[in-house]
Amino acid sequence: MQAFKKITATVAPLDRANVDTDAIIPKQFLKSIRRAGFGPYLFDEWRYQDVGEPEMDCTNRPLNKDFVLNNPDYKGAEILLTRENFGCGSSREHAPWALEDYGFRAIIAPSFADIFYNNCFKNGLLPIVLPAEVVDGLFKEVTAGYQLTIDLEAQTIITPKGKVIGFEVDESRKYRLYNGLDDIALSLLQADKIKAYEAERAKRAPWLFA
Amino acid sequence: MSAKTLYDKLWDDHVVHTEEDGSALIYIDRQLIHEVTSPQAFESLRLAGRAPWRTERNLAVADHNVPTTDRSAGIADPVSRLQVETLDKNCAEFGITEFGMTDLRQGIVHVVGPEQGATLPGMTVVCGDSHTSTHGASGALAFGIGTSEVEHALATQCLIQKKSKNFLIKVNGQASAGVTAKDIVLAIIGEIGTAGGNGYAIEFAGSAITDLSMEGRMTVCNMAIEAGARAGLIAVDDVTIDYYRDRPYSPKGEHWFMAERMWQKLHSDLDAIFDKVVEIDATIIKPQVTWGTSPEMVVPIDAEVPNPVDEFDAVKQQSMRNALDYMGLQAGQAITDIQIDKVFIGSCTNSRIEDMRAAAVMVEGKKIAANIKLALVVPGSGLVKQQAEQEGLDKIFISAGFEWREPGCSMCLAMNADKLTAGERCASTSNRNFEGRQGYGGRTHLVSPAMAAAAAIAGHFVDIRDWR
Ligand code: SF4
Repeated sequence: MQAFKKITATVAPLDRANVDTDAIIPKQFLKSIRRAGFGPYLFDEWRYQDVGEPEMDCTNRPLNKDFVLNNPDYKGAEILLTRENFGCGSSREHAPWALEDYGFRAIIAPSFADIFYNNCFKNGLLPIVLPAEVVDGLFKEVTAGYQLTIDLEAQTIITPKGKVIGFEVDESRKYRLYNGLDDIALSLLQADKIKAYEAERAKRAPWLFA
Repeated sequence: MSAKTLYDKLWDDHVVHTEEDGSALIYIDRQLIHEVTSPQAFESLRLAGRAPWRTERNLAVADHNVPTTDRSAGIADPVSRLQVETLDKNCAEFGITEFGMTDLRQGIVHVVGPEQGATLPGMTVVCGDSHTSTHGASGALAFGIGTSEVEHALATQCLIQKKSKNFLIKVNGQASAGVTAKDIVLAIIGEIGTAGGNGYAIEFAGSAITDLSMEGRMTVCNMAIEAGARAGLIAVDDVTIDYYRDRPYSPKGEHWFMAERMWQKLHSDLDAIFDKVVEIDATIIKPQVTWGTSPEMVVPIDAEVPNPVDEFDAVKQQSMRNALDYMGLQAGQAITDIQIDKVFIGSCTNSRIEDMRAAAVMVEGKKIAANIKLALVVPGSGLVKQQAEQEGLDKIFISAGFEWREPGCSMCLAMNADKLTAGERCASTSNRNFEGRQGYGGRTHLVSPAMAAAAAIAGHFVDIRDWR
């Protein structure tokens, strides 16, 4: 997993609430058995005028000019600014895979759906929750080429005018993301505790171990 | 000892290790696996040279991509076929039990789990699927996970989790005739919103909930995720225990009696404290129909399509406009005037035997309306299908003009051949009405099985309280 330390990048404003995982990556792309290559199909139904199919070459597909990611003003954006309850719907990790594969590193919203929020951290993506009024303020400021600096260690966002906005993140999530660590290897360090738990539980609930 | 909620009890019972910041390694009793969210997990496991921690705690079934028509020729779509074959191959390689496509026990993972007794009260249950919340109906802590976590649970039999907050939703009183578990949960989502449960585990309680059968309770917990909660829970009572007696994977002999004693404690203590409580009066709930592209965009059957100008919040108002536009509806239109093209009875929300019966009652001796292009009934598992056929329900549906299909997810998310085409309108018993969910440009209205069946006969939505 890619570590997240500090980035300065362009912001793409996606002014919609309740953006669901079906919109982030439509289900036909979930048939892939691979982890990479979802970026060209990110927001497929909003981004293109035709119907996307897995493995399709996207270079010549008709674009929906009104969609924010097709606007040259936000080219190369690595930060997505959006509204409440982003990532609601299914548990598909294909959603953060697609965002990451497209090039996004961080998402700023007033709230996220729980599973999606959790999945982001496993894929080098930083979801940042800010109060709705602060998000609203950012939406008002964003123009062509608008950039923010996000510093995970300091837990701050710095606007072009130099305003500093703090954000919250759990210590253990921050530690793993900052260092790009593999969760499984860390959990397996507790192997003895897992075995001790199983031995004790087997006495109370033997049917689970029969 | 301080009073605990059901969620607190289940959580405490599964903590293996706690980190300083409060996140914990919790033990997973059962993992269910399907073909869509597992290939990358198995692949990473293989690349890392890791083996499953406890192979027998995993159970796999292909459901999302399987055809619901004759299966003897296999899967026509090569991409779908590869995904299902990949699951077969991975399960064979790692020694995981799988109900293959031709197994009578095959079906939607959330129907199969409880039906087999593979998910039981008191367990922690996970699956790479958000509707894993369904299994909480039996007093289990069950929640959906992403693919990295599927791999984590395979490799360690544990997951790193942060404890959620406690939310109690009490549905008091008795629901009127024609008002089902589906209407109750849609009304709840209409009340608290799709983000209302974010960060919480929701316990559903109150007489309208305890009056429900296990099937109905599963319908309610299934949609907890649509209210933003990863887990939905219902306390164990006699209904729960009776349901699990003699299921294939249920404890046997002396173990059954031990289990029963343990399960009877799976309820919130009387003086337990919840972070949030909402009370809902069941007596005023009417049959529900969604009109928009989010499950919270829901109204009673006798209402009209709402008008965005009545909404004060600018962001919500814009969402409503987008939804009306996508759905091809006008504000002020009566819900009962909405004509439909297709009907789908199925999905992990409403494909159990009780749902089949409720729909069959509505259509017996009748015919679907001329404007209905397709009416599908897709049972949740091979065993549900068999039971329904023994009761003659298949004949009732077929003679009314419905198609009677093989079990799977089908038109709930349209990953197989069953889908809506652009602009088509569907009365669906599934759980999500997002844009494109049932096919590109398709328009979904979520309803109960009885409401969907009645709509198929009438050709538009009808108030089933006045049916016949
Ligand atoms: S029936 Fe629908 S919601 Fe349920 S598991 Fe299948 S696709 Fe998901």
